[in-house]
Amino acid sequence: MADSISLKRLVTRLLLVVVAMFAFGFALVPLYDVMCKAFGINGKTAGQYEGEQVVDLSRQVGVQFLSSNAADMVWEFHPKADRLDVHPGAVNEMLFVAYNPTDQVMKAQAIPSISPANVAVYFHKTECFCFTQQTLQPGQRIEMPVRFIVDRDMPRDVKHLTLAYTLFDITARNPPVARTGG
Amino acid sequence: MSGVIDDHGHVGHDEHATHGPARGLMRWVLTTNHKDIGTLYLWFSFAMFLLGGSFAMVIRAELFQPGLHIVEPAFFNQMTTMHGLVMVFGAVMPAFVGLANWMIPLMIGAPDMALPRMNNFSFWLLPAAFALMVSTLFMPGGGPNFGWTFYAPLSTTYGPESVTFFIFAIHMMGISSIMGAINVISTILNLRAPGMTLMKMPLFVWTWLITAFLLIAVMPVLAGCVTMMLMDIHFGTSFFNAAGGGDPVLFQHVFWFFGHPEVYIMILPAFGAVSAIIPAFSRKPLFGYTSMVYATASIAFLSFIVWGHHMFVVGIPLVGELFYMYATMLIAVPTGVKVFNWVSTMWQGSLTFETPMLFAVAFVILFSIGGFSGLMLAMAPADFQYHGTYFVVAHFHYVLVPGAIFGIFASTYYWLPKWTGHMYDETLGKLHFWLSFIGMNLTFFPMHFVGLAGMPRRVPDYNLQFANFNMVSSIGGFMFGVTQLLFLFIVIKCIRSGPPAPAKPWDGAEGLEWSIPSPAPYHTFTTPPEVK
Repeated sequence: MADSISLKRLVTRLLLVVVAMFAFGFALVPLYDVMCKAFGINGKTAGQYEGEQVVDLSRQVGVQFLSSNAADMVWEFHPKADRLDVHPGAVNEMLFVAYNPTDQVMKAQAIPSISPANVAVYFHKTECFCFTQQTLQPGQRIEMPVRFIVDRDMPRDVKHLTLAYTLFDITARNPPVARTGG
Repeated sequence: MSGVIDDHGHVGHDEHATHGPARGLMRWVLTTNHKDIGTLYLWFSFAMFLLGGSFAMVIRAELFQPGLHIVEPAFFNQMTTMHGLVMVFGAVMPAFVGLANWMIPLMIGAPDMALPRMNNFSFWLLPAAFALMVSTLFMPGGGPNFGWTFYAPLSTTYGPESVTFFIFAIHMMGISSIMGAINVISTILNLRAPGMTLMKMPLFVWTWLITAFLLIAVMPVLAGCVTMMLMDIHFGTSFFNAAGGGDPVLFQHVFWFFGHPEVYIMILPAFGAVSAIIPAFSRKPLFGYTSMVYATASIAFLSFIVWGHHMFVVGIPLVGELFYMYATMLIAVPTGVKVFNWVSTMWQGSLTFETPMLFAVAFVILFSIGGFSGLMLAMAPADFQYHGTYFVVAHFHYVLVPGAIFGIFASTYYWLPKWTGHMYDETLGKLHFWLSFIGMNLTFFPMHFVGLAGMPRRVPDYNLQFANFNMVSSIGGFMFGVTQLLFLFIVIKCIRSGPPAPAKPWDGAEGLEWSIPSPAPYHTFTTPPEVK
């Protein structure tokens, strides 16, 4: 039959569409990251910042620090202060304290998030404990620094922003380093 | 509930065995006949409709009065989840595939579906998939309890142990739907009778062709989505896990990329059926056939770019909110074209209101109400208030119950004489319509009010101020639920007895399916008809 050949071709094409759309579902994953980076959305911060900026003494921005533990994370984890008032362009430092109360060696990864999400692109970290994973011996307590610059170009209507860290227990999983670079 | 499913199976077996060449159970297991498979799909979907409906009865019983009375909150969550999953994947989608199996070959003059063996396989995957999914309710830790949208991390990190069974069930349903869709496309594109050009096809065939393309475009994305869940849960990946660099919000993007076209998958075939029924009972040709085709295609295209309107409150940027808001509102234009075409078809027609027409007219009116509440939800700033409330529940039940379900009821009554060779009981049919109509509105209309006042979805308890409206909703819900047993009775009665149906029982009806005798012989159009 003549049309059984075209039927075969049609079904093959439709199956190709199915495979392509299955792949597209997975392609949404890198696509999502690219979009978030390109538009600076989702409150994700970029990796290590290398630049320097002139300090803008004409205004101050309140930076609030939050810390929380992911489910099943037993470490003590908090910033040394709740809040800093900073000048855009200046390098600032905040220390976060982490304490492993268990009798086991544990490994943790902190994931940062900036709120409001659209100012994440104006928040630069020159150094951050979230760039690496932390391994703490039983009962060990450490102070971990984050150094940051609030960009001079940040919109003037933003008077406050919040830097939040969530600490994850990755001892069991020991996964690849966070894709965003922290 | 399995007893109910068995009963339906037997009714199907006994009654239809006379039409086919083979007898006994194996006929139904091995059949490749499009009418047999259509019948299997329809009975299966009705069994699932009753099962999903009984879950809804549990929900409405719990919400009858404020306070926790009947079920544990954990079980309540499983009920809302399973109600949604069973109704979407078990009742509505298979019902339309069943209608497609029965009617598309008859409407385009084809002897059968293009891929009959695959057709058999795609049906028999479904009982397996749902047996797997429903069995999770009896497992330790219970069944899916994370809502039918199964957002990560609720379904991954915090999901019950049984979530893996749920994932495999979704995979099987997806494969079934994809194979069904490929079959429909192949049939429509390859097996049309000579002279049946694309623009002469009945609208039900057109809407199903477009639906089938939607299915093969988005069901694989759903499969990818649950595969990512599976890998996160069992293979240590971090697609949706922030600890490993993933993002839970990504889940919502992937899910709704599937989920929004999915809602059109559940409504487009109903559009097609109503576009056949309204002209038949108005005794006028359909107004604006060509615009109907283009409107359906536009709706299908737009459904791919509006998924963000489900996510207005997750923190997408302002530009995104505006884009999704305007794109969503744009859907009102082709939908409006359709509604006006249906109304124009009725305008100055010689209307009669047999049961199919009653359901079809109710479809147009009530679906429009659901469309309007959809427009309200589409407004991003307003959605911040409506999101996650009963207003959303009211909205999507108004498009799904009087939309998809009434569309299926209308189709069933319209084509039942063709399937069974008997007329159904018109009085009982009208009774079924009015009880369904009243019950449905009693159930869902008050949900608009409690939703606007802030009653959240998916919670087994509520504030005292919502008590009266919830009691009304529950009474309406019980009424609607019990009424569907009447539908079962009407269909069985029609199969067993009733006045014999002529080849064309509706004098205004048009289409090839009315050129063959009633009941439709086991094999039809073995020589293709000539279409002028």
